[in-house]
Amino acid sequence: MNYSIAFKTIVFKEIYRFLRIWPQTLLPPAITTTLYFLIFGKLIGDRIGTISGASYMDYIVPGIIIMSVISHSYANVVSSFYSTKFQRNIEELLVAPVPNWVILSGYISGGIIRGLLVGAVVALISLLFAEFAVHNIAIALSTALLTATLFSLAGFINALLAESFDDISIIPNFVLTPLSYLGGVFYSVDMLPPIWQTISMGNPILYMVNAFRYGLIGVSDIDIQLTFIMMIGFIITLTLFSLYLLYKGIGIKN
Amino acid sequence: MKALSLGNLRKTYSNGFEALKGINLQVEEGDFFALLGPNGAGKSTAIGIISSLVTASSGSVSIFGHDLETDRERAKSCIGLVPQEVNFNQFDTVKGIVLNQAGYYGMPRKLALQRTEHCLKQMDLWDKRDTVSRRLSGGMKRRVMIARAMVHAPKLLILDEPTAGVDIEIRRSMWLMMQEVNQQGTTIILTTHYLEEAESLCRNIAIIDEGRIVENSDMASLLSRLHIDHFVLDLAEPLNTAPTIGGCQVELISDKVLAIAIPKEIGLNQLFSQLTAQNIQVMSLKNKTNRLEQLFMDLVASK
Repeated sequence: MNYSIAFKTIVFKEIYRFLRIWPQTLLPPAITTTLYFLIFGKLIGDRIGTISGASYMDYIVPGIIIMSVISHSYANVVSSFYSTKFQRNIEELLVAPVPNWVILSGYISGGIIRGLLVGAVVALISLLFAEFAVHNIAIALSTALLTATLFSLAGFINALLAESFDDISIIPNFVLTPLSYLGGVFYSVDMLPPIWQTISMGNPILYMVNAFRYGLIGVSDIDIQLTFIMMIGFIITLTLFSLYLLYKGIGIKN
Repeated sequence: MKALSLGNLRKTYSNGFEALKGINLQVEEGDFFALLGPNGAGKSTAIGIISSLVTASSGSVSIFGHDLETDRERAKSCIGLVPQEVNFNQFDTVKGIVLNQAGYYGMPRKLALQRTEHCLKQMDLWDKRDTVSRRLSGGMKRRVMIARAMVHAPKLLILDEPTAGVDIEIRRSMWLMMQEVNQQGTTIILTTHYLEEAESLCRNIAIIDEGRIVENSDMASLLSRLHIDHFVLDLAEPLNTAPTIGGCQVELISDKVLAIAIPKEIGLNQLFSQLTAQNIQVMSLKNKTNRLEQLFMDLVASK
């Protein structure tokens, strides 16, 4: 059995899906982030000055890129896999000799590709507003890749456990968005009172934003090595949990 | 070789409902097999387990000698499923749906394209290959699901009420297609509520009721167990009361229509002799019920 063909079929289907609906998937982040750069970066940022030696515009660009990667890798998998469940065309995969790890890796790859593609679109737009030399391309790219993987996995688990369309909007609206905004995208945690600095350390998105910021402009509030250990740890845990749910058929089988 | 072998298959759902109470069933390679039963009898659960959509509580499933638990991928490769309800992505094109399914079965692109074309032509859907599937009629959607199920040339094709809700013309063309596929060597398991369909297509039959197999035999010997035929007679002249015919139950449905239940030992010649003796002229005659339907009702009601 050639599993690579099944894997490619799922990945191409996913890419085709989000490209076909590009006005819903690729255009909105381009418009939203342009507004972020204009309003926060340009109009307000010019009055703020520098943070950790970087201009405010340069400081917020990495956070806005990684925030787009997080929300779109998550959204791609959660909406696509839940729709597949809802329309019952998940049965096409369950009937076929496709192992669970191929199903999982196919959908996760789709989420990673969309997350990184949106990240690239936002990065291109940022070039209209900011000028910076990339500090460490390997750290920047690997942070983006691991972040997209982690949130694709989270989206997959959300879709598996969801029983209604409400269930797939709760996490993005009430967990991801607040954590992203409180994850140091627009500010440094050093600017917070000590108690909020400590609380912020429990927000995993803070680590990813800072690692990516370090990769792009060489500025970070936290330890990069710790961020990578944390991301890999989360990815391993979520992968095992996803495979367990698939093995048990939770959310997809009676 | 056994195309399908179920051993003491049980399924209890999380709400405590026992859908299958230990069924044993064997289907021979090349067979055209009917799996019948009233709504909620356990047919769909059994098919769900065979096609890996439902997890069995206990028991074994073997498909062409491959155990579904221990040799899952090979067992699955042998099956094609046409489900009861439309379950493809309604935003995909007809060709895309079939082509993707070929991909899930690991078929190389070139072969997948050839098989997709073959199956869509066989289902008379080639002209619709680029149509988005939600724009198709109900009958076409069912044919898309058959093409999708056949794209990897399965050795066992399971059709779960494939003709439900389609008009008689399409139903007849689907019967021809199913017979053609079976003649080419594919084993078929059919569930249907149209018992006429099962009677005319299938060679062997199992009837499932309340999670148990209540009948499992070949169609011919099952039908030979029928002792009474039911006929409806259109008369030339109106009658006021139902005539008395020895050994038969007679009912006057309207003034020119009689319903007669006639035991096999009496036969039609004797019936007509008695009608002629009473000056009753018959213009036409038809079966009141399908023979299998009669048996089905007897078997299910006898429980």
